[in-house]
Amino acid sequence: MPSIHALANPARFLKIARPLTPVLLLAGAALILLGSWAGLTLTPPDYLQGETVRIMYIHVPTAWLGMGGWSGIAISSIVFLVWRHPLAAIAARAIALPGAVFAALCLATGSIWGRPTWGTWWQWDGRLTSMLLLFFVYLGYMALARADADRGGDGRIPALYGVAGSVLLPIIRYSVVWWNTLHQGQSIGLTSSSIDASILWPLWLTLIGFTLFFAAIVLMRMRTMLALAKAEARMRRMAA
Amino acid sequence: MKPKHQRLTLALLAVAAVLGASGLALSALKDQAAFFYAPGDVAKAGPPVGRAVRLGGMVQQGSIAKQPDGVSIRFVVTDGTATVPVSFRGVTPDLFREGSGVVAEGMFNADRSFTASNLLAKHDERYMPPQVAKTEAGPMHETKTLAP
Repeated sequence: MPSIHALANPARFLKIARPLTPVLLLAGAALILLGSWAGLTLTPPDYLQGETVRIMYIHVPTAWLGMGGWSGIAISSIVFLVWRHPLAAIAARAIALPGAVFAALCLATGSIWGRPTWGTWWQWDGRLTSMLLLFFVYLGYMALARADADRGGDGRIPALYGVAGSVLLPIIRYSVVWWNTLHQGQSIGLTSSSIDASILWPLWLTLIGFTLFFAAIVLMRMRTMLALAKAEARMRRMAA
Repeated sequence: MKPKHQRLTLALLAVAAVLGASGLALSALKDQAAFFYAPGDVAKAGPPVGRAVRLGGMVQQGSIAKQPDGVSIRFVVTDGTATVPVSFRGVTPDLFREGSGVVAEGMFNADRSFTASNLLAKHDERYMPPQVAKTEAGPMHETKTLAP
């Protein structure tokens, strides 16, 4: 039975990650293209917003991955702190850059969507502000992880930061419930959705597509980091 | 206790502390982080006169009245418990309409009316095609989730 320890072995991880990367990448790209095409041509416009609603098919997946990325960093950080698996630290560092990019895309697409619907590019509303903070927290994590690695640290300080940063996730999630905000409430719950089925279905395609794409990028970055570490170790052996 | 279990306990405590911290932050900021005042807040606590604030609610059905100068409007904002009359001079956003959500930026006057310098449209979390919206009962674009 493959336990968490088995997957933590870099050689075994590479054996799985190497063939998995192109599969995730191609499946993700196909679903993104299919979902975007369906969202641009097949679905009806919204009764209130008209065609503007179509930006949802990009905005919602980027928001989901901006937050999902930090959940990944937090979980990897806990696994690293408790079980000391180096692969978990590598996973957290690999997630940081795509997570920050998706958080930035979420802010950009939200701003583009807000101008025609709300009448403003940006407002200091609870949801918007907490998402901007998450983007800055990503940047801080990347700087800290790099500084820690440069100084030969063991990765514990960025891991602690990764756990502490997850304080923002429930704040972003519940900002629209707890506070008066310009941003509307949650549309998609676990069991129900207030988006009509005829508008909703391509969103699942892009949501899954972007998630697979994100996973492929993370695997690629993890493999690069493992390869760099290996090369560095070999150089050190040759120098000694 | 093995060191690993000790670390696991510490990590779980840290997660609990982080969740508690975000809960505290959410509730402590509840009033300060509100993006706008609702008419009900104003009725309870009195209007914050002479300060730039935002007023949010629904545009009452049938309340939008164009003024003779052609660029000013008056309308009434309601949250179901109280109402505030608003006057505004300028261009309204596309989604600004009766029965829909609005956030007005401006100032309260001493008589509890509101002079807006800018209007933002607020929509709710429901998305549907026009033909579905027509068959739904009640006002088509009522913002139901305004009050916390």
